[in-house]
Amino acid sequence: MKLVTAIIKPFKLDDVREALSEVGVAGITVTEVKGFGRQKGHTELYRGAEYVVDFLPKIKLEAAVSEGQVDDVIEAITKAANTGKIGDGKIFVSSIEQTIRIRTGETGPDAL
Amino acid sequence: MNLKSLIGLFGLTMLMPALAFAEDAPVLSSGDTAWMLVATVLVLFMTIPGLSMFYSGMVRSKNALSTFVQIFAITALSTIVWVVIGYSIAFGGEGAYWGGLDKMFLNGVTVDSLSGTIPETVFMVFQMTFAIITPALIVGAFAERMKFSAMIVFTVIWLIVVYAPITHWVWGDGGWLHGKGILDFAGGTVVHINAGVAGLMVAIMLGKRKGYGKTAMPPHNLTYTIIGASMLWVGWFGFNAGSELAADNVAGMAMAVTQIAAAAAALTWMFTEWMIHGKPSGLGIASGAIAGLIAITPAAGAVGPMGALALGGISGILCYFSVAQLKKMFGYDDPLDAFGLHGVGGIVGALLTGVFAATSLGGAGFGEGIDSMGGQVMVQAMGVGATIIYTSVMTLIILFAIKIAIGLRVSEEIEVEGLDTGEHDERAYIL
Repeated sequence: MKLVTAIIKPFKLDDVREALSEVGVAGITVTEVKGFGRQKGHTELYRGAEYVVDFLPKIKLEAAVSEGQVDDVIEAITKAANTGKIGDGKIFVSSIEQTIRIRTGETGPDAL
Repeated sequence: MNLKSLIGLFGLTMLMPALAFAEDAPVLSSGDTAWMLVATVLVLFMTIPGLSMFYSGMVRSKNALSTFVQIFAITALSTIVWVVIGYSIAFGGEGAYWGGLDKMFLNGVTVDSLSGTIPETVFMVFQMTFAIITPALIVGAFAERMKFSAMIVFTVIWLIVVYAPITHWVWGDGGWLHGKGILDFAGGTVVHINAGVAGLMVAIMLGKRKGYGKTAMPPHNLTYTIIGASMLWVGWFGFNAGSELAADNVAGMAMAVTQIAAAAAALTWMFTEWMIHGKPSGLGIASGAIAGLIAITPAAGAVGPMGALALGGISGILCYFSVAQLKKMFGYDDPLDAFGLHGVGGIVGALLTGVFAATSLGGAGFGEGIDSMGGQVMVQAMGVGATIIYTSVMTLIILFAIKIAIGLRVSEEIEVEGLDTGEHDERAYIL
């Protein structure tokens, strides 16, 4: 089992969710986050006073998937979240040691 | 002399006593009174909620409520100061420098008293709304760091020592600037330069907010600010057209030029910022409208529509540079630009009134006893200069006295925590 974590642009969330459904992902967790990467921040100007905003709003999306799904999931996210402009985000893949469904107590891939 | 002219002469002589009577005893006009009742409410509406929202939106969320509380308290305080002594100093008599104490506690202001063609009670409350908004404008300079108690003492003393006398100079019977023929229709000197310059003194005396220039202090809710600016714009018709104190042709022109100047300044500010920064901003266009309204205030009864267009347009550009550049250059912290808008816009308006009042430029003509543009501009400059000098000196003295007696500024701890909880034990937003 793998945990796929993606940082994406907020306005791409709906597209990514749809793309993940199509490749059979059964559930995702979404968090509103702030951060910076190569895009850096941006500046805001109020009556001539300029402020640099270091952290930009992003969406962090997490999906637990089986080994076989990983490549499809990565492709789906990459396609759906791509704008070709700086700041599109990242995908991280890590291993999951255990998965348990709370309602039934099922474990492993069955719990996904 | 033929029969016709004889009859005419006879008729005139018969009419004379009636004419003389009409001049001696003004009669109440229900039309004028109805308009002035509405105008008075419009000016109050400018302060609460208009100015409160305009200002509160520009502070950080931890001070959002305190800004409302300050302006609300000033509204109540100024009302009481005005009826106790302010009205008397401003309009109680015919001295050159003050009106005396005869009308303290509204002595002699009865249900039957008239001021021109309207009840004196209406005139007194109309003027009161000006006495309310002027100290409320200064809030923009001391926002986010002045002690509430110090603000109360300052407001009371400042109204009595600074606002009421200057009002008398410009608008009171026998006032010395009035006598020189100054054109200040609705309060360019009395309200805007006065509040703007006092604000500059307050900003300098209080010092910069903690972290100013190092940490970001962006406005917390610009929708408030734009709603507030919109309310100010609407209320300003009471301020300017109401200053005619009658429902007549001059009030109509005052209304027209007010709208034109506000629109012109909103656009010049917007386009200036667009060219310099690359984007037009909401705060910019709203600030521009206010800059135009300030500049047209002294000119409202004196200039024509095209004069208003020029005056507003110029004010929008100059006020933009004053808040974006001047403040940075001199390094004072006037958080909401009480000086940058009201001081600078007021001065621009007061001086240009002397230019655009010229009949050749579509204006209504110069003040009494003045026959040239140069002469009028000189009198305007004298009014501006006198207001700046008197206001800055007296305001500094008042601030020094309060600083020694109870202190001006909240503790550093309260400033960081925010004035909402620090001074009032409540928060603006519990979301």
